[in-house]
Amino acid sequence: MLPIEMTNNGNLLEVTDLRTYFDTEDGIVKAVDGISFQLKRGETLGIVGESGSGKSVTNLSILRLVPTPPGKIVSGEVIFDGQDLLTLNNEAVRHIRGRRIAMIFQDPMTSLNPFMKVSRQLMEMTRLHLGHTKQQAYEHAVKMLETVGIPDARARADNYPHEFSGGMRQRVMIAMALSCEPELLIADEPTTALDVTIQAQILELIKRLKQATGTSVILITHDLGIVAGMTDHLLVMYAGKIFEQAPTKELFATPGNPYTKGLLRSVPDPTAEQGELYQIPGLPPDVAHLPPGCPFAARCDRVQEICHREFPPFVQLTADHCSLCHFAHEVYEESRAETAGRSSESKL
Amino acid sequence: MLRFVLRRLLITIPTILVVITLTWGLIRLAPGNFYSGEKPIPKAIENNIREKYGLNKPWYVQYGKMMGHVLLLDFGTSLKYEGQSVNGIIARSLPVSAAIGLSAYLLALLVGITLGSFAALKQNSKLDYASMALAMVGISVPNFVLGPILVLIFSLTLYWLPPARWYGFPSRGMVLPVLTLSGIYMAYIARLTRAGMLEVLRSDYIRTARSKGLSERQVVMRHALRGGLMPVVSFTGPALAFLLTGTVVVERLFTLPGLGNYFIQASLNRDEPLIIGIVSFIAITLLLMNLVVDIAYAYLDPRIRY
Amino acid sequence: MNEDKRVSEPEVIHTPPEFVVAEEELHTPPGEEIVAGTSLWRDAWRRLLKNRLAVFGMIVVILVAVASLVGPEIIKRVNGFGPDYIPSDSRLIKSFAPFRAPDGSFSWTHPMGTDNQGRDIMARVLQGGQISLMVGIIATIVSLLIGVAYGAVAGYLGGRIDNLMMRFVDILYSLPYIILVIVLLAMFRSSTAVGQLVLLFIALGSVSWLTMARIVRGQVLSLKNQEFVLAARATGVSTTRIIFRHIVPNTLGPVIVYATLTIPTVMLSEAFLSYLGFGVQPPLASWGSLASDGIQNIAIFPWQLIFPGLTMALTLFSLNFLGDGLRDALDPQMRKV
Repeated sequence: MLPIEMTNNGNLLEVTDLRTYFDTEDGIVKAVDGISFQLKRGETLGIVGESGSGKSVTNLSILRLVPTPPGKIVSGEVIFDGQDLLTLNNEAVRHIRGRRIAMIFQDPMTSLNPFMKVSRQLMEMTRLHLGHTKQQAYEHAVKMLETVGIPDARARADNYPHEFSGGMRQRVMIAMALSCEPELLIADEPTTALDVTIQAQILELIKRLKQATGTSVILITHDLGIVAGMTDHLLVMYAGKIFEQAPTKELFATPGNPYTKGLLRSVPDPTAEQGELYQIPGLPPDVAHLPPGCPFAARCDRVQEICHREFPPFVQLTADHCSLCHFAHEVYEESRAETAGRSSESKL
Repeated sequence: MLRFVLRRLLITIPTILVVITLTWGLIRLAPGNFYSGEKPIPKAIENNIREKYGLNKPWYVQYGKMMGHVLLLDFGTSLKYEGQSVNGIIARSLPVSAAIGLSAYLLALLVGITLGSFAALKQNSKLDYASMALAMVGISVPNFVLGPILVLIFSLTLYWLPPARWYGFPSRGMVLPVLTLSGIYMAYIARLTRAGMLEVLRSDYIRTARSKGLSERQVVMRHALRGGLMPVVSFTGPALAFLLTGTVVVERLFTLPGLGNYFIQASLNRDEPLIIGIVSFIAITLLLMNLVVDIAYAYLDPRIRY
Repeated sequence: MNEDKRVSEPEVIHTPPEFVVAEEELHTPPGEEIVAGTSLWRDAWRRLLKNRLAVFGMIVVILVAVASLVGPEIIKRVNGFGPDYIPSDSRLIKSFAPFRAPDGSFSWTHPMGTDNQGRDIMARVLQGGQISLMVGIIATIVSLLIGVAYGAVAGYLGGRIDNLMMRFVDILYSLPYIILVIVLLAMFRSSTAVGQLVLLFIALGSVSWLTMARIVRGQVLSLKNQEFVLAARATGVSTTRIIFRHIVPNTLGPVIVYATLTIPTVMLSEAFLSYLGFGVQPPLASWGSLASDGIQNIAIFPWQLIFPGLTMALTLFSLNFLGDGLRDALDPQMRKV
């Protein structure tokens, strides 16, 4: 893995200092507040955070789908394959949406148009972007439904969304998203609304299709458990900021941020024989009224006086590992020590 | 679907019977009689009248006779318009009411949906505020105030359109009655459309449609309009009922020989067969229309299966 | 604020069109007023004051109400033209245009003109306002009492009784009730004006309670399993007391909103019935009956229709805006952004 600053060229997506604010009755909500990250072709990036941390808004901002008003992209750059999506005209952005960047949303129950046959919803994509005729589009739609594993696809293509189960609907969403072979697939909590067994199937499907097509993927989730085996890089978001950023393996092994540590501890470990499930105390902060210091200070188990007073620095721990914390180095060293201890334990 | 229709018809029939019985009961329970006027009538004449119309029979016989008429859909002869059958009066006046009422509703749909959709698409714009203020005016100005004002402007000042009377369908004489009648529907439909569209435009599947790269026009026409207009579809049932009360006013304002005018006259004259006939006809039409609207709703929303 | 609102499964509900304005309440769960205390009302008040149209509506409604109450008396004291005063000079018994003296010169005496009998239209419009507002308010109170009691009982008892009671409401909904109201008013026509007015209250009140019953029932259904009700039940409070002392007060928000929106629809119905000759009878007069009298003379004396008609329209307009504003203020969740 090359250090971040050397991979800039050849990046499919570069997001720089993205800020998206919402104007609400309670004041300005800084849903996304200065996010920067890069994504290479063929890579998978995971974005993790609790609800309200800004992870979904980040991705809606990339495609300029934030509802305006009340939302507004205040500043930043989203360079996709050399073009800044935020300065492109609407027409040009539409040619990228669906064609080159496709999205899958959280709730398959409400994300498909309930009044339209599934086939038509799929055909719309290829007719719009690939200029398919009705016939071609229909054949393509059936093929895509087969690809995502809808049994008896030809017969079911003319059903309405409500005639499918939740998992099947998410497969339809995936089929639709991938029907123009996009270069980037953004999956926004694709499994949150699904049963546990279905979750695994959907993740497996995304993984398989990604390998087959070489698509880059951004996987948004609040569940660290599901990103472990699927992503190359991870971003941990909290209160509209990136709290930690690292290659997935490294982040799991040696987290450099108390919040990430908390998240990792709250992933249920099926091998643990007993013990209570850990939960980060408190609730995510009210983003409209953030305190001056670290937004996580009130819930942090190693909070110091400085945390309430000063906003923490974004500390570079290794070449591609950064953490937003006054005590990033200390936390990182602790994690290393723990990991070393654990591996020596397992050797014994 | 067939079972749904049958089940609904089974509920509808008792409802119609209740309406008719209530109407009949009200007529019979009220003091006075259709023949009693300013002057008292000699006893012998009164007895003759009672004999002729069967009013001396026990109430259940009279009720049975009335119901028999209703079941055969032959409502007998009017008491006031002598020698005219109720069915004949209905057949003659219905086309007038239907022409005015349906034209008004179509116009209201056209204007209301257009205004409401644009208001929703340009939410919080000047256009939005203007059309919603206009809609509020439409809801607040009673049609019997709107009608004469239109007459004052277009007939009595500009001499463009006739101020009253029925000239057949279609005719220039229909313009003012239709405008007068449709005002309030336009307003309701515009408000309903706006609310429905706003709700749909915020929904997940519209976000999906946008993420597919469709143009705003395609998003609205293909994806949003259908769901956004569902409230308007379900409004059509009650609207038809409301239309009835509206036509009563408009027919009176413009002296049109429609069903509503006959109904008011019949009520004032205590013309029992005519009242029963018109009420039955209206009740049956309304409930059948509601059924049609329900079926249309199910047809338009694939999620609903009966 | 509303981002997470689910698309509710559409229901086929047939609502009398008068009530469509309030239709959205039916689908919406009750707001946060359950837990909040006084601060909720203060919050609502603050939000209401921010809504310029609602404030405009409130001011106009208050002005119209006050003017209707004291206006006729003031006019009488100032120039002697009380609402029923017919000039003794026969040359004055005719309809003068607004701001015109008998000789055609400008005059402040009759800002809205006079009617065919030389009565001052402004005084009559203001007095008509008393009747119109009274019909609106009393009929709404009648509908409120029936609707709240019916809805609360159905919702609280639940199960089969609830089912039966709401099925009955559904049937009433589908009746062409305006037709029945006309038959009722025509048949039972009272010989006195006051008697006819009472009949009008009963007729309008008894057909306007259906939506109120539905709203209250919905609220009660979601309230009855809240802790405070369970607590009351556990401590042995009687069912009647639980319904009317514990649950009903908590449904106040939506009830106030809906009642505010019912007043203009009832007033509109009153005007409609008065126009047809079944409503308010002389010597009493309402905006509806005044406007209806004015229609006869529209060609020559348009002010006889225009002033009562526009006063009424302005009042209904303001009441509707106030009602919409109250809905937005009292239940942010119901709001159509």
